Amino acid sequence: MRVSLFVPCFVDQLTPQVGMATVKVLERLGHQVEFRAEQTCCGQPSFNSGQWDVARRGAIRALEVFRGAEVVVGPSGSCVAMIKKFYPELLKDTPHAAAAADLAGRTYEFAEFLVNKLGVTDVGASFAKKVTFHDGCHALRELRLKEEPRRLLRAVKGLELIETEEGESCCGFGGLFSAKFPMISTAMVQVKGGALARTGADYVVSSDPSCLLQIGGWLSREGKPILPLHLAEVLAHEA
Amino acid sequence: MSDAKSIFLKDATVNAADGDQRAFIRKALGGYYLNRDLQKARFRDWERARDAASLAKWTAVNDLANQLAKFTDNFERNGGVVHWARDAAEARAIILKIAEDAKAKAIVKSKCMTSEEIHLNDALEQAGYGVVESDLGEFIQQLRKEAPYHFVFPCMHVKREAISELFTKHLGTAPTDSPEELTMIARRHLRQLYVDADIGITGANFLVAETGQISITENEGNARLTAALPRIHIALSGIEKVVNNLDDLAVLLPMLATAGAGQPMTCYNTLYSGPRKKGECDGPEEFHLVLLDNARTQLLADPEQRDALHCIRCGACLNVCPIFKNIGGLAYGTTYQGPIGSVITPHLRGLKQWNHLSGASSLCGACTDACPVRIDLHHHLLHNRRNAAKAAPTWFDRLFHGGFDFVIRRPRLFAFGGKLFRATLPVLQKLPLPYLRAWMKTRDLPKAPAKSFRDQWKETRHG
Repeated sequence: MRVSLFVPCFVDQLTPQVGMATVKVLERLGHQVEFRAEQTCCGQPSFNSGQWDVARRGAIRALEVFRGAEVVVGPSGSCVAMIKKFYPELLKDTPHAAAAADLAGRTYEFAEFLVNKLGVTDVGASFAKKVTFHDGCHALRELRLKEEPRRLLRAVKGLELIETEEGESCCGFGGLFSAKFPMISTAMVQVKGGALARTGADYVVSSDPSCLLQIGGWLSREGKPILPLHLAEVLAHEA
Repeated sequence: MSDAKSIFLKDATVNAADGDQRAFIRKALGGYYLNRDLQKARFRDWERARDAASLAKWTAVNDLANQLAKFTDNFERNGGVVHWARDAAEARAIILKIAEDAKAKAIVKSKCMTSEEIHLNDALEQAGYGVVESDLGEFIQQLRKEAPYHFVFPCMHVKREAISELFTKHLGTAPTDSPEELTMIARRHLRQLYVDADIGITGANFLVAETGQISITENEGNARLTAALPRIHIALSGIEKVVNNLDDLAVLLPMLATAGAGQPMTCYNTLYSGPRKKGECDGPEEFHLVLLDNARTQLLADPEQRDALHCIRCGACLNVCPIFKNIGGLAYGTTYQGPIGSVITPHLRGLKQWNHLSGASSLCGACTDACPVRIDLHHHLLHNRRNAAKAAPTWFDRLFHGGFDFVIRRPRLFAFGGKLFRATLPVLQKLPLPYLRAWMKTRDLPKAPAKSFRDQWKETRHG
């Protein structure tokens, strides 16, 4: 299959290894990967801040960027939810409504694409570590993905998956929320990060790089021994 | 910044840093989660039950004018008196007039959040009436001179020792750490007050249009005494509490109990059908119902957020909300706390003053999943944010998002800006920049990579 990559803006700039790992896994499975360099940001920061006109322009732009792509795959539940759920809402009752619905139907979160679209759970990865999984809220509640990433992790050779307390609790990122209400956001990551650290896992894995920014940032500041890692990075790992 | 917002920020900051209090609230909710899940599992299909409950409220709210007329006709036929109040001031005036006409002295109340909404106790006390809350939690809050912390569990944040001290101070009882003994102290104190009261004021959980009855659900039996013993019963209710018929009530009562408190049913579920009739041996002589609008019709006129009127005030959204659990109920400064409060308060009290509550959310959506009547809570927070940005744009937002808009439409500029950002990040982190500094106070940022994904892609694929 020809896969058009959707790389979230902060992954592009701050954690490019997540994008590279996504490419590696898809290519290992025999798919042709393209990256359309015209893409920038999905517009979610403006959408969540109530600036829907800005977000709408971003959405219309993305419709252009991904025009004609067979499938669009992104390693972020949050940014993919923006395209799949919120573009149609932003563009309803506009001439772009049909194109938004069309793009939403062709766009997949990384784990969703592997498990639900391709029907693959074993991607040939090997990672002999203890990991716990953090559900990003957008993946969990907007896209309803819960088992998909876990099925992928269970198929990784040598990997031990352990569940955490506060499993479905939000990490407190919430985009600009984390900076606009830093004290609430910090309290939330204390609860979540504390629970993750108590699992004794080597890594906290998530399909949402934005959550990992928050959780990883707090774990690092607190000097906790558990490290953040994106699902794609685990799946890209070979023995 | 609005006053409400600056108070909120101050209180939320203090409370979010109070680890002991946060742990206490989490522990208090621990038992609730367990019981709620046990009870949910007893439904043949909880999700279908949510559909049914949502539909029951949808049909009533979307036909509100007719259902209200039907309800009031039947209520009056049963001998009750209906009063319509456009706003809080009208509702207070109506109740004060009833009290004055009755030459009342003492008033006993059962739990009624609508009365908190209209600040009824203050008005009654200022007019010289003695008012006592008979719900144990509300009674404790009244002694503490504090608003309810949670609209279902008003004093969930108060430790047992503090309650004992409070009773010792106000009621002169011996200190105890037994919850049963504390309950009995309050009961003994309240018993005589029911007998002495001229007026009993209650809320209403549901207004059944088909029969004209008022449904009140409670765990302590205090609402029954409040409604039945005094000469006059006044029920105060928002107009949105209508349900079409008893079949719908049969769906909603167990949903309310399970979602709200993890119970199969609330202990006492009573349908009040009017004042004492000829030949009956008990019940009030007069039965008044005050129906309050207070901006509910404005919400009704908003098709996008109308479903917020489906709310049955179970509190499930508060119980799962990480914001509520970390900042506590009092920090909201509203009658209705938590996600539903953040959604409706801007409608009830003004978007400009109260939009910050919609901003104070990570939009995790736990509330929407918990809502037994499927209110689209976390998306309504987004709708409020959009409406506020449109109604009163701030210069900061204009600048920030204007700049953002300019950059994201220019991929080359975006790439260049990213490069600049990565190169200067070590310095930027030390500057007093808005947002970045707030982040850096408690969290690190990953070390900026030398090359972005697009750089690496270009090099490996097209280099």
